[in-house]
Amino acid sequence: MSTLLEVSGVSVSFDGFKAINNLSFRIGQAEMRAVIGPNGAGKTTFMDIVTGKTRPDEGRVLWGERSQSLLGMSEAQIARAGIGRKFQKPTVFEDQSVHENLLMALKGRRGPWAVLFYRPAAADLARVDELAAEIGLADHLARKAGELSHGQKQWLEIGMLLAQEPRLLLVDEPAAGMTPAEREHTTAILVEAAKTRAVVVVEHDMEFVRRLSCKVTVLHEGAVLAEGSLDHVTADQRVIDVYLGR
Amino acid sequence: MRDSFVARHPSVLIFLALLALFTLGVTVLAEGFGIGLISTSFVKTLGKTMCLCLIAVAMDLIWGYCGILSLGHFAFFGLGGYMIGMWLMYERTRLIVEGSLAQGALPPTEQEIVAAIGTQIFGVVGSSEFPLVWAFADSLALQLALVVLVPGLLALVFGWLAFRSRVTGVYLSILTQAMTLALALYLFQNDSGLRGNNGLSGLQNLPGVEAPQSVVSLWFFWASALALALGYLLAAWIVSGKFGSVIRGIRDNEARVRFLGYSVEIYKLAVFTLTACIAGIAGALYYPQAGIVNPAEIAPIASIYLAVWVAIGGRGRLYGAVIGAAFVSLVSSWFTGGQIPDLALGPLTIRWVDWWTIVLGLSFVLVTLFAPSGIGGLFDLWQGRRHPDRHGADLGPNAGALREKEATE
Repeated sequence: MSTLLEVSGVSVSFDGFKAINNLSFRIGQAEMRAVIGPNGAGKTTFMDIVTGKTRPDEGRVLWGERSQSLLGMSEAQIARAGIGRKFQKPTVFEDQSVHENLLMALKGRRGPWAVLFYRPAAADLARVDELAAEIGLADHLARKAGELSHGQKQWLEIGMLLAQEPRLLLVDEPAAGMTPAEREHTTAILVEAAKTRAVVVVEHDMEFVRRLSCKVTVLHEGAVLAEGSLDHVTADQRVIDVYLGR
Repeated sequence: MRDSFVARHPSVLIFLALLALFTLGVTVLAEGFGIGLISTSFVKTLGKTMCLCLIAVAMDLIWGYCGILSLGHFAFFGLGGYMIGMWLMYERTRLIVEGSLAQGALPPTEQEIVAAIGTQIFGVVGSSEFPLVWAFADSLALQLALVVLVPGLLALVFGWLAFRSRVTGVYLSILTQAMTLALALYLFQNDSGLRGNNGLSGLQNLPGVEAPQSVVSLWFFWASALALALGYLLAAWIVSGKFGSVIRGIRDNEARVRFLGYSVEIYKLAVFTLTACIAGIAGALYYPQAGIVNPAEIAPIASIYLAVWVAIGGRGRLYGAVIGAAFVSLVSSWFTGGQIPDLALGPLTIRWVDWWTIVLGLSFVLVTLFAPSGIGGLFDLWQGRRHPDRHGADLGPNAGALREKEATE
């Protein structure tokens, strides 16, 4: 399977603290990957580097078939290249309706002129309805996102992520604050998405990771500690010592 | 979703209808063509007020919708006034000079005329040479183009530098204050080429027009009303679609907009430049009615007043900005006009001319603390729209994000 994203030898330090230490990571075109690790292991910083929010001190981040470097690209350019990100805390546009949120995220031209003269085509509106049904918000399209429950906001953000049609989804703790039934639905959406694109899920909840049934990468102190199936990494003594044993 | 623009935004139609009614009413009551119940100077005050409403619409676009608290938009307003003022002054002086030189035995040469105009205009700052910035002053078309181009270009360069460096929040506000202050200080100098602190004057006289001021004032009144209507319509159209969605997203949470793939800096720059152009047009209509433009007009305090108007009217809704600007500036000219009797409180005498700023400042603080949705919020009460209960949380992490009490459900 060809590589979609390749991170190699990346390090970054904040005021002398090495948040990421010679980290290497690679993911294929259509693959699900769970990233676990204790607090401060560098999971969020890793996502910040890939999405362009943080510039690494050294190392390479290569993207796509043409192995394009993502370093030096702005967040918006990286997003347009096909990397979507879901934040730990649900971040949606609270003063805007669910419909407006989804329409803004919908894949399309992002330049000011194109957006200024944009009028939603029938296909776009149909796609928004379809997404809303998928995330269980079909009856809430006209409501403002700020009025939604915590779980609904998580889903709206997942819906926005799908609307972008990214080739790589970075998902930070998608199941936080969800009921068991909602978790199951989230798992189904992510597994479905991973059939056609790469999905990286950062998660603390081992039960949730188990249900994703995918390859797992364990981070510790900014580097990869272990990688493999969940059973493989949970049997690893070093993983038990730094993470599971606590 | 497929309704027409006006059907989806009835407030635009109501606003335009009220504006048309107001314009018609004033025309009928004015001295120029009507029954003379309204004095010419008050027609000018109303015309100027509409120009202030127009720049308030621009301010609402940049602050209320895009979340950028610019405290420098009066610089663009003043520049617009200077650009049209240059042509008005040049052309009027030329007519006068040509008239007086024609009395002589020999017809004057082109150089003699230009030199005489220069002496007339720049004598007050001890010069008679035309500075470079007056190169196009003899052409109305070019100066009209500069009304939009000069503020637009300044905003483009300033905005590009500021937004590219990701300067936001209060730092950007301070930077815009510095910009308008620097421009004012520069124009105060005699060798700035724009007559220093004298500014440009006599702008109320249109060159070659015989009509009395009572008629000219109505022309400008109509032009101001038209500009306000068009500016309002343009702003309403911009904020209604996906572009509006994106800039409101930038206001509340710009990092999230970036991760959706929108280049936030370009959007900010576009809105900043557009609003600067609108401000320039508003200024070009304002100063011929005021008669004089000088560097004091673009002092930092003017742009702060602009933010106060929009805050009192209610930001994030265009009619709020218009109401705020009209209400505060009219009340202001009433208080500072010296028609209200002083209030004697024992040893302290309250002279409203001096105390007005304190009243204004106090009402700004009170509105910000207790009624952030401003006068426009009264329409929410009337229509029964409620504020969401968010336990005091803003609608996004940005400094300019909508506050709980500004939002509606």
